[in-house]
Amino acid sequence: MSLLKRLADVERAPVAFVLDGQPCDALQGDTVLTAVLTHGERLRQSEFSGRPRAGFCMMGACQDCWVKTEDGRRLRACSTFIESGMRVVTTLDAAVGDATAAWPEGDA
Amino acid sequence: VSAVANPDVNTGAAIACQPVIVGAGPAGVRAAEALVAAGLRPIVLDEAPRAGGQIYRQPPPGFKRPKSALYGSEHRKADGVHRTMDALAGRIDYHPQALVWHNEGKVLDVLIDGETRAIPYSHLILATGATDRVLPFPGWLTPGVYTLGGSQVALKYQGCAIGADVVFAGTGPLLYLVAYQYARAGARVRAVLDTSRMADHLAGVGGMLRAPGLLAKGLYYMGWLRAHGVPIHNGIRPVRVLGEDRVAGIVWRDARGRERQIACDAVGYGLALRSETQLASLAGCHFDFNTQDRAWLPARDRAGRSSVSGVYVAGDGAGIAGADAAELAGERAGLALVEDLGLKVDAARMQDLDKRLADIGRVRQALERTFPFPTDWAESVADDLVVCRCEEITAGALRAAVTNDGARELNRVKALTRIGMGRCQGRMCGAGATELLAHALKVGPEEVGRLRAQPPVKPFPIRVMSGGKP
Repeated sequence: MSLLKRLADVERAPVAFVLDGQPCDALQGDTVLTAVLTHGERLRQSEFSGRPRAGFCMMGACQDCWVKTEDGRRLRACSTFIESGMRVVTTLDAAVGDATAAWPEGDA
Repeated sequence: VSAVANPDVNTGAAIACQPVIVGAGPAGVRAAEALVAAGLRPIVLDEAPRAGGQIYRQPPPGFKRPKSALYGSEHRKADGVHRTMDALAGRIDYHPQALVWHNEGKVLDVLIDGETRAIPYSHLILATGATDRVLPFPGWLTPGVYTLGGSQVALKYQGCAIGADVVFAGTGPLLYLVAYQYARAGARVRAVLDTSRMADHLAGVGGMLRAPGLLAKGLYYMGWLRAHGVPIHNGIRPVRVLGEDRVAGIVWRDARGRERQIACDAVGYGLALRSETQLASLAGCHFDFNTQDRAWLPARDRAGRSSVSGVYVAGDGAGIAGADAAELAGERAGLALVEDLGLKVDAARMQDLDKRLADIGRVRQALERTFPFPTDWAESVADDLVVCRCEEITAGALRAAVTNDGARELNRVKALTRIGMGRCQGRMCGAGATELLAHALKVGPEEVGRLRAQPPVKPFPIRVMSGGKP
């Protein structure tokens, strides 16, 4: 079951992408977050507890919505648009490349 | 214009005048307009693909709802900001989708098109806006819980509701506005749960009479929701979100102390807004504690000049005052910059802006009385509550830093527990961590210090830092 419900602006061109190995259709102009959560219930699993996460602030501040792609890229789902052929992975143990990210790590 | 010398060059070599504006919301756009009117050509850096900020955020190309549907009563203001930005094309250097991730020595580090660039400035206007202020409660990590602002973004930017049966909880003007917008758009709004009491609303009415339009809108949303069968409960405290892998309901404590619950598949939650101040912090701006916002804010004069020469702050990023104030403050900061360059400015216009900003400031006080921050939150928090959603650090870990390690300051707690050190850099946990630390030490929130900003202020793929495409 999907988390998000489409209410308006649904007459847009379809965009085919793959979610955890399953072919899905999004709409042109969807963010990755919208594309994934109109099909599924999570964007990722927490690397600390393994619990599902699905974003929070939708405006690039909380960093809760980073997803992986099969080729090892990391995308912030609320501020990246879905592209045709994108292969999104929401599971923790999926194989990813070397694409760690520059998380802020300062000493306090 | 580049021939205009920077009058406060203290870096040695004379640098050309290059003003930079960070943010293209109402404040940033009006600042750019003021600079262009004075013959300057600012660089405008904004994270979004299109101008408007969060409040007047424009959907991607291909979305067809009219602005009256997206922005409601504010659609003319939104359109004004959008049109102004469009009209500035060719007279500013505008970089959308640009992430400013560091600010040091009058140089910004900016991620544009997958590459990081150094952009030096002579003058900087920070119009960085705000995000929802949240205080964690059990279940806030569950998929289907979003901020109020996020709930609104889903609707206006993507045409989506966060769920089919939605409860909105928290407090502030946004609570009722978003509930109204969702109901109008066809979502089932199951309840509005407001932490502020009816007594708070009544106490605020007197002050709100200074802004009859704003008051009328708020009363209209509340009346419309009641008339359409949406229950509104005041004086509540959220207790927990039900559901494991997704939201199944919410439990709250009503004004009489009874636990009640309602089924829903999504929760929109927020307690007014918090300013984005990281770039001012990295610039070395002096901060003062603001009791109204219950937060540390860059010190500024009436016009928006910070303590650092050549750095200005405007809009909600300088202190929460709303979109109308942001437009005025953006223009005011732009005029201050022009004045500081020794160029001619319209003194009467500056006085008028100052007066209108002061008026809005008084309305802001009344809003705070109407929708007060729930100062009793920390005492209700159990040790196992996850406060930091990035690294799942608990309230108990924070309290242990106080009890076992003698921590008395937020950056010390951060070093000991990693609270505020995760991906969000304290944006989501900062308010909660401050309240918990202050409560544990039995002092006010102004006594526990301010989380210092660290670059990068937001994460991005590390391959960018090493010079490659992400």
